[in-house]
Amino acid sequence: MSATVQADPATPAGSASGLMPRRPLGDRVFQLLALASGLLVLVILVLIAVTMSQQSTSWFTSEGWSGIFSLDWDPAHGKFGALAFVYGTVVMSLIAIILAFPVSVGVALLLTEVVPRRWAQPIVYVIDLLAVVPSVVWGLWGILVLVPWLQTAIYPHVASAVNDIWILGNLFGPLNGNYVSGASFFTAGLVLAVMIIPIMTSLSREVIATVPASDKEGAYALGATRWEMIRGAVWPHSQVGVMGATLLGLGRAMGETIAVALVCGASATVTSHLLTPGYAMPAVIALQFGEATVGVFRAALIGMGVLLFLLTIIVNLSARAVVERNARRMRGAA
Amino acid sequence: MAAVTTAPGGVDLREPSGWRRAKSQFATGAMWFAFVCLLVPLGFVLVTVIAKGASIINWRFLTAGIPPNVLPANFGGMGPAVLGTLEITAFAAVIAIPLGILGAVYLNEYGGNRPLARLLSFLSDVMTGVPSIVMGLFIYTIWVIPNGLTGLSGMAGSFALACLMLPIVIRSSYEMLRLVPDSLRQGSYALGATKARVVLTVVLPSAIGGIVSGALLAVARAAGETAPLLFTIGVVTANNPNLFSGSNTALSAQIWLNASQPYVGAQARAWGSALTLIAITFILMIVARLVTARFNRYSR
Repeated sequence: MSATVQADPATPAGSASGLMPRRPLGDRVFQLLALASGLLVLVILVLIAVTMSQQSTSWFTSEGWSGIFSLDWDPAHGKFGALAFVYGTVVMSLIAIILAFPVSVGVALLLTEVVPRRWAQPIVYVIDLLAVVPSVVWGLWGILVLVPWLQTAIYPHVASAVNDIWILGNLFGPLNGNYVSGASFFTAGLVLAVMIIPIMTSLSREVIATVPASDKEGAYALGATRWEMIRGAVWPHSQVGVMGATLLGLGRAMGETIAVALVCGASATVTSHLLTPGYAMPAVIALQFGEATVGVFRAALIGMGVLLFLLTIIVNLSARAVVERNARRMRGAA
Repeated sequence: MAAVTTAPGGVDLREPSGWRRAKSQFATGAMWFAFVCLLVPLGFVLVTVIAKGASIINWRFLTAGIPPNVLPANFGGMGPAVLGTLEITAFAAVIAIPLGILGAVYLNEYGGNRPLARLLSFLSDVMTGVPSIVMGLFIYTIWVIPNGLTGLSGMAGSFALACLMLPIVIRSSYEMLRLVPDSLRQGSYALGATKARVVLTVVLPSAIGGIVSGALLAVARAAGETAPLLFTIGVVTANNPNLFSGSNTALSAQIWLNASQPYVGAQARAWGSALTLIAITFILMIVARLVTARFNRYSR
């Protein structure tokens, strides 16, 4: 992750400079191959943007901006408003971030500041295991185990407990009397949180590991406890980097498809009640694409893909901007 | 001797007071609790998948054709999906790993600090953040729409997975190439080697451990992906060993299809597939770890 500038290796023979007027053919071919592979990234990203936008133009032309950002999603009657899906994606990702942030930062601090190095490695293995459990397995477990359990054992009690409490009642209370669903905004956020914890933890850990030992030792030398050392030396140094890690986690959460599609409840609604079924942009693409082989319906789903592409790129760019600015600031301070 | 511990200037050097120490211990406890929060879902999902999947897995399950969903668990199996996952992922790896390594070679060995290299490095970072379902839609728009239903094939799925793997392979290989000391390159230049020769015989071999382990992790991630395959491979219930024509299927796609089925047999086959898929990804990850441990000469 470090943004240090690579010192240009001494580029003598074989470099593009004219030291050797006629380089062997194989050498030049290899350089071209390498350049072409590097350019492939640019080509793919441009192609994604261009071809998918082309395929979705009929959505933009037939619905217009107000139609796209309307609540009206009714494919049978030719209504393709995406607002409910954008809302669902944002709400579920925010829930995921709120749940995943303390866990990720806590485990990252545990790994860097508390446990000795030889104990840290097994914990990292566990986090890696969590990271490679496929999305569809989380979805399968979510819909067959987690959702029924939450629906019968947890949510009804939560809903009745908070029903009369200001704000909490609006968020976790039952909708229309006593309606709560196991497959809901909150469940999707919960599963997303578990799925983004590994990436957020490992990125936060990398950031926290760059805190200079002298800062930490200085804090201890002043008589700080471990917690005071973390607050005084570790956190100021790494908070921006941790924000970047969180933004990258947010990007992941927004694009996550399969698990969300299985546990979100698949209902295009905008409501503050988090224990009711919702929908998300990737989920609607995955669930409804089969019915949408032609026409505006397909264009709308591909267009949703374009929106998702832009949204995740914006989030990733801001994460990078945050981290880079911080890296510069830290270099200036050092 | 408490009085002695008060330093000049009135600074209190005694042990932190009970309240401060308690706060610190509470914070440490909270960190361990965060770790427990991470362990619980992992343990929960692994135990469930093993408990529900282990009983159905046998040789027949791994090889037999996919039966209709209504049939109970002791009929048929997931053979076509196992075959499809292995074929599709392997072909994606064949496409993405060489291109990714070459791309990383460009970034680190040729690009240096040029604007183009900086742009490409930046874009490969951006590309790792592109959601996998967008890759599926992308291959659908450039491959399946022009070719119609004949475009649905294992190869189209491999393309989508390769798009997903490419930036990951580039990033991980790039990080590894950066660790190779310049003295090695300069030594071989001094012997008169061309740049391609230096890269192929000196730089890549000395970074190979990290590159292979990064590539294996990318393969593990791709093997579990569902979203890129949804619109690209179609559906079959019998073996289709031909990657390049005809619909195909994969374990992840079958779990996705079976997860929302009400039939006990279909759900049991989904759990069996989930266990098979987790086993494949875990094995890839463990091999990656072993490779790292065995071959890493230059590590962070």
